[in-house]
Amino acid sequence: MSDTLHYHFDVDGASFANAGRASVETKKLLRQLGVAPNVIRSISVAMYEGEINMVIHAHGGDADVYITEDTIIIILKDEGPGIRNVEEAMKEGFSTAPENIRALGFGAGMGLPNMKRYSDEMHIDTKVGVGTTIELWYHLNKQQ
Amino acid sequence: MAKYTHSVSIDPEKCTGCTTCLRRCPVEAIRIRDNKAVINPNSCIDCGECIRVCKHSAKHASYDQLSDLDFTKYLIALPAPSLFGQFNHMNEADHVIQGLLDMGFKDVYEVAKAAEYVTDLTRLYMNRPDVVLPAISSACPAVVRLIKLRYPTLCDQLVPVLTPYELAGKLAKERAAKEHPELDPDDIKTVFISPCPAKVSWAKSVMEGQKVYVDLVTSMNDVYMELLSKMKPEAEPSPEAASEAGVVGIGWAMTSGEAASLMNDEYLSADGIDNVIKVLDDLESGIVGQIKFVELNACSPGCVGGVLAPTNGYVARVRLHNLRKTGGMVVKPNDVSDIGDFSSGDIPDEYTEAEAFTYMPDGSPNMLSMMLAMKKAEALAEKLPKKDCGACGSPTCRAFALDVVHGEAKLEDCKIRTEME
Repeated sequence: MSDTLHYHFDVDGASFANAGRASVETKKLLRQLGVAPNVIRSISVAMYEGEINMVIHAHGGDADVYITEDTIIIILKDEGPGIRNVEEAMKEGFSTAPENIRALGFGAGMGLPNMKRYSDEMHIDTKVGVGTTIELWYHLNKQQ
Repeated sequence: MAKYTHSVSIDPEKCTGCTTCLRRCPVEAIRIRDNKAVINPNSCIDCGECIRVCKHSAKHASYDQLSDLDFTKYLIALPAPSLFGQFNHMNEADHVIQGLLDMGFKDVYEVAKAAEYVTDLTRLYMNRPDVVLPAISSACPAVVRLIKLRYPTLCDQLVPVLTPYELAGKLAKERAAKEHPELDPDDIKTVFISPCPAKVSWAKSVMEGQKVYVDLVTSMNDVYMELLSKMKPEAEPSPEAASEAGVVGIGWAMTSGEAASLMNDEYLSADGIDNVIKVLDDLESGIVGQIKFVELNACSPGCVGGVLAPTNGYVARVRLHNLRKTGGMVVKPNDVSDIGDFSSGDIPDEYTEAEAFTYMPDGSPNMLSMMLAMKKAEALAEKLPKKDCGACGSPTCRAFALDVVHGEAKLEDCKIRTEME
């Protein structure tokens, strides 16, 4: 895909303060490109959730953004513990976040459901003990 | 759409082409070209940071000079709340009012008084069933412009009520017309005394056919010396003129003042343009929680920190606090029922902005061509030193790469790269 624009971000797992940086940077790029506001909003919400998940569960990981004229794909890849039961994780309110994280207001069990809600397609590839890769797809022409 | 009139400009005589403003501009609107700073009017939000940081006094805000005001006309001063924090040893707000009258203004309408009405109108607005929460204050024009340029999904959260200085201008003109029916309306001119360039730009950017509430805008700096010479703060007895604004309206000069006046605990307030940007990013990502109102000020600690205010903003804040405690100011705010009947809960159009807050992107209108440009720029950026030194005239290596692709800069401008090779 020679006409694909690709950006890579390291998601720093050591710091909550840095979580969200990749999504803010991505938002800026999409705005520069002239992507429709509602798509930018969805991506910034879903990607932020994904980043937070990677910090909480997986000590960070990689965020890659692929942009073509009609599709935006966000790939969030970590080498964390993996998701034991994806169906359960998709339920609103289900959370495996540790108590100290929940006390901070994170880990309310809305991460994956929100990511699905704020994307056109979501694909989860996960293996316990190996890691998780989540793809968020956005079809631009459909939403515009 | 209103043509936006910028008030910040550069004096090429004084500009040395140093990179201070280039690297401090929060919206990357500045480039150094031919060894002089140049501002991109499409991106500039008139926040005044470049004026604040320039070591060579090469940045200006343009406004109506005090010396150009025609005092033979019926001029009404509209002092911003922050003006009252500019004077040392001043125990009563009345001294400022009297001083302005002694300067030759025929009347004074305090923006702080209008601010108290704006608070009531904002409360009415927030009670509307269709309101999008959190509502975002539209009082800081630098923030409003930033949102319109860069935060498309937050535009409809801006409170569309007139700003305090616009409302002050409107009410001042109405009062003059009522008290002086003999006057030609064209001879009644309102003069806003502004602490910042953003408010100058806002007041000057009036849509065609739109009612003008603020005719002239001058700077606090400009008025300061003249006003100081007219004021007699130690005078006994107290001056004849009386301040009509209360402690609540004066509070708008300081961050949280506006939000606190709403008597609603669920608010967030922030100041300093970089902090404002962080809050806006979080608002757009939907992660601020249960907040009903957001007050954002480009300057810290609020309008008292504006670049056209002569006194250090933190010093001015202390003075305002003291004035609020001991200045004999009214505690009970002015009530909006003084100016009209709002019992239905509706806000008539005359009290709201003539133009809706709509997204006007400063980015590319053509996604495909911008994609190609950004792809080229990414490849180019890989070869750059990534020092973001600004010596090339662009604020970052990445911005430089895109400038090169757009033909606005030459690769040779990167001095470090040439040296590395």
